[in-house]
Amino acid sequence: MSSHIMSAFDEELKYLNRRISEMGGLAEQMCADAVHALVNGDSALAQKVISDDVILDNAEREIQEKAIVTIAKRQPMAADLREIIGTLRIAADLERVGDLGKNNAKRVIAVQGTGVPRKLARGLEHLSELSLVQLKEVLDVFANRSAQKAEAIRQRDEEIDAMYTSLFRELLTYMMEDPRNITTCTHLLFCAKNIERIGDHATNIAETIYYIATGAQPQGERPKDDSSNTLGAVVE
Amino acid sequence: MNMMTEAAVEKALDQRMNDLSYKMIGKDVSVYYGEKRALFDVNLNVRQNTVTALIGPSGCGKSTFLRTLNRMNDTIDNCRVTGRITLDGDDIYDPSIDVVELRARVGMVFQKPNPFPKSIYENISYGPRIHGLARSKADMDQIVEASLQRAGLWNEVKDRLQESGTGLSGGQQQRLCIARAIAVSPEVILMDEPCSALDPIATAKVEELIHELRSNYTIVIVTHSMQQAARVSQRTAMFHLGQLVEENDTDKMFTNPDDQRTQDYIMGRFG
Repeated sequence: MSSHIMSAFDEELKYLNRRISEMGGLAEQMCADAVHALVNGDSALAQKVISDDVILDNAEREIQEKAIVTIAKRQPMAADLREIIGTLRIAADLERVGDLGKNNAKRVIAVQGTGVPRKLARGLEHLSELSLVQLKEVLDVFANRSAQKAEAIRQRDEEIDAMYTSLFRELLTYMMEDPRNITTCTHLLFCAKNIERIGDHATNIAETIYYIATGAQPQGERPKDDSSNTLGAVVE
Repeated sequence: MNMMTEAAVEKALDQRMNDLSYKMIGKDVSVYYGEKRALFDVNLNVRQNTVTALIGPSGCGKSTFLRTLNRMNDTIDNCRVTGRITLDGDDIYDPSIDVVELRARVGMVFQKPNPFPKSIYENISYGPRIHGLARSKADMDQIVEASLQRAGLWNEVKDRLQESGTGLSGGQQQRLCIARAIAVSPEVILMDEPCSALDPIATAKVEELIHELRSNYTIVIVTHSMQQAARVSQRTAMFHLGQLVEENDTDKMFTNPDDQRTQDYIMGRFG
């Protein structure tokens, strides 16, 4: 897209874009570190994730303030307006992603006593990889604003849902095998849910990017394959 | 079979209603100033009881088009208009049309407030008097009060109707001009950048007035302020280099316009 006649406006939009990329990078790192800390019982790393969340919170606030000042000053129209509103929404999604990473990090201490069984650890790591790939790719799409790629990412959330459901089932099995596993498994269940939500936020971001690029909402329901809500139900 | 016919009739009626809701229809309108062509086959319809905003960069033809709607271009010597413009279905360029009568039906408000150097009362009463709209002094008083009320000026000037119109502030003068325009009960009001000489408060008052007038009149407004077009209009038409680039619902125009040139213009980007 061509530049603005007022070059200062371009600078403001660039600033917002840069801050979103920074937030995305940090949120991604936090989530990866949290899972790493969880499976390795690394409480120092967990502590770092917890303290990093403040940086993310501040970044969101700064983006918000800058966006509001820009709207007031420039009275943006059309694609500019969509971009700034989209930036606000993406910043909020990334802030939530940070919170989810932080929540996982907080659980490291609780599961430290028993440790995380190797098999479950692999499942969590795999789920986390899937979510973080979504997040990473959606941030790349944010940089190049491709509606097509945003739509493609939106379609892929299904995979994470399916993985989450299988992990849920596995955790149930462990708990049934030995009640002493319940504490750890319950925490891990929350962790898995948190990770699955990270994928949801990535999907939200993909939808926002689609809107920024086209001015329309993506058509159709999000593909979902999360059947954990009915898992264990007694079927007559 | 019967159902089909009924549906077909209904559809035809809808179509007819749609046609009727156009107060003015411009078809293949071109304007030449001597050799220079200022408008190129513009097709633009003005909807009844709707505010239509005309936007575009300087020299794009938006004011030229506006002025064709009540034949203000007639006053320019070498100006020639081709195409067809109708008001309620009647060709306004037909030789049988009385231009004075036309301008009473299609009133105009200009960029710079231009009250007559007469009293506030006379500014309003002049039009109704020459058009013979008042039978008595009481009638005229009533028209003057109603016009000033509608223009939101009555409370500010009711105690000094005999003072000169030029003694009012800029914003008040512009609302006086709007009151003067509506005093002859026009059907369409054309506004050529009515707020460009006003401060934000006076602008807001005029915009509020435009918003209220919409229920009784059809309004076409030329404005350089995109925000103003977005605030007051329901339809927006974008002109560029003498051509109509895009006409759309205002809400769509300012969030997701169809044409790249509209996009660049409203976002203040290099074309």
